[in-house]
Amino acid sequence: MARIIVEVMLKPEILDPQGAAIAAALPRLGFSDLTSVRQGKRFEIEVDGPATPEKISEVERAAELLLANLVIENFTVRIDETMRSEKSVRIDETMRSEKSVRVDE
Amino acid sequence: MTLDTVQKANIDPDHEQPYSALGLKEDEYQRIREILGRRPTSSELAMYSVMWSEHCSYKSSKVHLRQFGEKQPKTDALLVGIGENAGVVDVGQGYAVTFKIESHNHPSFVEPYQGAATGVGGIVRDILTMGARPIAIMDPLRFGPANAPDTRRTLPGVVAGIGGYGNCLGLPNIGGEIVFDETYAGNPLVNALCVGVMRHEDIKLAKASGVGNLVVLFGAKTGGDGIGGVSVLASESFDATRPSKRPSVQVGDPFAEKVLIECCLEIFAEDLVIGIQDLGGAGLSCATSELASAGTGGMHVVLDRVPLRDPTLAPEEILMSESQERMCAIVEPMKIARFLELCAKWDVTATVIGEVNDSARLTIEWKNQIIVNVPPRTVAHEGPVYERPFAPPAEQKQLQANGPSTITRPKSGEQLRQTLLDLISSPNLADKSWVTDQYDKYVQGNTVLAQPEDSGIVRIDETSGLGIAISTDANARWCRLDPYEGARLALAESYRNVATTGARPLAVTNCLNFGSPEDPAVMWQFERAVTGLADACLELGLPVTGGNVSFYNQTGKVAILPTPVVGVLGVIADVAKRTPMAIDVEGIGLFLLGETRDDFAGSEWANLHGHLGGMPPRADLEHERRLANLLIEASTRELISAAHDLSDGGLAIAVAEMALRKMVGASISVTGDPFVALFSETPGRVVVAVALDARKEFLALVDSQRIAVEHLGITGGSALVVAGQFEIELEALSTAHTGTFHRLFSGTR
Amino acid sequence: MRIGVVTFPGSLDDRDAARAIRMAGGEAVALWHNDHSLRNIDGVVLPGGFSYGDYLRCGAIARFAPIMEEITVRAKAGMPLLGICNGFQVLCESHLLPGALTRNSDLHFLCRDQELIIENNSTSWTSEYSLGQHITIPLKNGEGSYQCDDQTLSLLESEGRVVVRYAGENPNGSRNSIAGITNERGNIVGLMPHPEHAIEKLTGPTTDGFAFFTGVLKTLVAS
Repeated sequence: MARIIVEVMLKPEILDPQGAAIAAALPRLGFSDLTSVRQGKRFEIEVDGPATPEKISEVERAAELLLANLVIENFTVRIDETMRSEKSVRIDETMRSEKSVRVDE
Repeated sequence: MTLDTVQKANIDPDHEQPYSALGLKEDEYQRIREILGRRPTSSELAMYSVMWSEHCSYKSSKVHLRQFGEKQPKTDALLVGIGENAGVVDVGQGYAVTFKIESHNHPSFVEPYQGAATGVGGIVRDILTMGARPIAIMDPLRFGPANAPDTRRTLPGVVAGIGGYGNCLGLPNIGGEIVFDETYAGNPLVNALCVGVMRHEDIKLAKASGVGNLVVLFGAKTGGDGIGGVSVLASESFDATRPSKRPSVQVGDPFAEKVLIECCLEIFAEDLVIGIQDLGGAGLSCATSELASAGTGGMHVVLDRVPLRDPTLAPEEILMSESQERMCAIVEPMKIARFLELCAKWDVTATVIGEVNDSARLTIEWKNQIIVNVPPRTVAHEGPVYERPFAPPAEQKQLQANGPSTITRPKSGEQLRQTLLDLISSPNLADKSWVTDQYDKYVQGNTVLAQPEDSGIVRIDETSGLGIAISTDANARWCRLDPYEGARLALAESYRNVATTGARPLAVTNCLNFGSPEDPAVMWQFERAVTGLADACLELGLPVTGGNVSFYNQTGKVAILPTPVVGVLGVIADVAKRTPMAIDVEGIGLFLLGETRDDFAGSEWANLHGHLGGMPPRADLEHERRLANLLIEASTRELISAAHDLSDGGLAIAVAEMALRKMVGASISVTGDPFVALFSETPGRVVVAVALDARKEFLALVDSQRIAVEHLGITGGSALVVAGQFEIELEALSTAHTGTFHRLFSGTR
Repeated sequence: MRIGVVTFPGSLDDRDAARAIRMAGGEAVALWHNDHSLRNIDGVVLPGGFSYGDYLRCGAIARFAPIMEEITVRAKAGMPLLGICNGFQVLCESHLLPGALTRNSDLHFLCRDQELIIENNSTSWTSEYSLGQHITIPLKNGEGSYQCDDQTLSLLESEGRVVVRYAGENPNGSRNSIAGITNERGNIVGLMPHPEHAIEKLTGPTTDGFAFFTGVLKTLVAS
């Protein structure tokens, strides 16, 4: 079994009043360096067996058809790394600190 | 990991049980042991502890609430009285109306949005359970000081929650109140009222009768909502592989309730249920014990059949879960297929979980073992009854002696003008559109009057124009000064508000919000208020159909002001004749009905000066009855163009509100001391606008009802003019009126 | 004339739309979301409400209802179709109309008597209004901000496909204060405000909404 993550965000040109309200609230709580927030949705989709390219394609189609409204939203699809077999997790442990905070390049 | 069963309870009678942590006293625990003839199982202990809690059993209030039954006036209009989920009143033309008000105070302090949302959900289900289609809601709300940081947290959340849930259900919000006072800081009051309508023959009751009939649980799946303290028990019998902390807050899903409403109404239309109960406080344990208790015998439930959304729940937790949007129905075997079909149509989960029998016991099994075997009446209806001591607080006489005569009164026209501006911009009197614009008042297309009118009116028959009116009122400051009189005055005001719009008052519901019943002073306030309300209802001929008590609204030693909220339901034969409050035509005469006296104790003006003391005015119910007759008759004959009840802020505020509604001014003159005339809060007064051609007939009616009347002036212009005192442009008045809430709450989510 | 009103789970203003149709002299036909057949309906209204609780996005699930297949076929062939509020959201999600409705810019649900300007009176629904007419009907929603890309906006404006525009202050952040639009043919109209709640003086702010319903009946009789 594998898990595929779909993340949906409003297109950059669309006003995000919820993100704006959150960004306005942060300074009141003492966060002065967090300058911008945009809010989106995350879907966790489980599939039988491994996450093959066919399965990924299916999820992409589901995202286009239902999970995202392409008029106003973009989406990304990726395999959930934390669901991989135990063996690969052990191997990956040395890389963990790099993986746990994903910096948006 | 051992399940606590009846069998086990028989084997180890001395097994220690955390009854105290669950809120049960030593003698109550012993009584349970006597009732059962053994120690209770952990499931039974959970059931008794919650069902015997103050919230569910009314143990501190029962002895006083009895008066509503004992002093009930004779009336043919009452179809279902106190004791059922909600009272039902005959409104004519074969229609029955059910209404009730309830509190959801503590949850709303913890989680304002969900607390308020689930409060709406709960009261709507109570109305639905009676067999009615819910048609409107109202919300009296009370918060700490308007400019306090915590109020900025709670108020927007509560309003968003009420709107979020009520709007999604498709229920117009037709009225309510918003009041600020420092005693509510930390103890906001969120009271929710719902009204529903049905035909007489559709009334449903909550009883399980008929051996062999099926017990069906339907609606949302059961999760860990609202379990809180009951987890103490579950941890006894299960190991640590389960989540350790269970949520105390219930989370609502209004869509689930909307489809539940539509599903239920179709089920009712086909007469598929013998009895029905909604799952509210204490969840399944309450629903099953109440249904069994009110019915003919007993019930057996297989708990494993309850559909769960959290598979790790222990049986005690399933029993006590307060997951929302669930109902329990008693269905005859020959009707179950159709019942399940209708649930499937609306995609509502429905499961047969048990059967009615004649054992006179409620038995519940889990994994083929009996974990509950109790006489249901002892759980649901024979809880403890306390006779708590009560005595007036030591400072009461001093409080009553210390009237507001010490405050310097405004004298000049300019000072009076400023007083009006100060009052109309104060949070308690300011325009509440920031709040009410978040509520849908149009859905269902039958709303004839909604806030800020004196009462909300909804049409129930499009052909005949038959409608119902509702108003809720309370005056906590008057109650603090004299709880007996304060309660009478609250009823008088609600009654008068209904009559002002042209409807005839029929019945009463109440939500009694008080501090801790363990404090004799609070208990005294409660006893006095209940007695005052019961006496007043008898005098006015209105039955109390039901209501709610909320105790323990206090932080440390400081209790909230005693706040009995009184809701009055009225009926109007033709909604087209209702009397709105707006002045919208120039050249119409304005009249003041009722006498004005020097009444400033507990007034909004005194409040502005931080003063609470003195004696409140006395309610003259005989006068209120005649005044109501006058207003209703005049409305029926269409003699009144507009009318508005006088309350907080007195005459000046009432006329200002009438003028600001449609931005048409008025010129009035007052007699005697202008400060008293303009701002005194003597009850039993209404301002009416009567056109010239109706005047003669109107004044004859006034005379026949022996009501004092004074010609105030005339409508028109762009200002409010008080002859010889001051003038104020409506624009300036409007700016003061509408600026406050935006200033306080804009920018909050 | 038979006008169908669809009920999705969570629809709220379906009975109010039916009332408006009846008062205008038409026959209101209740359509269930799960049905496939429109029978001999002459026009359809997708009413206001919270279909599927606004789960995922408003109208995102309702657009896949079986009844929408037949409605789409008939609408593309010219049948008058009106989407009010949640109905407008369903039409956009179905791509029967361009653009999308998003959260009100100030994040609050807003119920108010809204002044509007009629800017297109050649649609199947607006023929009883005059061009430039100001009307006041209730607006009540939390997700009414109309958004679309620049190209779409330019197209809508240049082709005169903005049917109704907010007058005065923009209540929710809609692009160009757009309150309602139509397709190229003028038979499909989506609008956020609720005409069905402005048909009686007793229960509405005005009776300005009534002409939407008399209008479509006139259009159908004429065709």
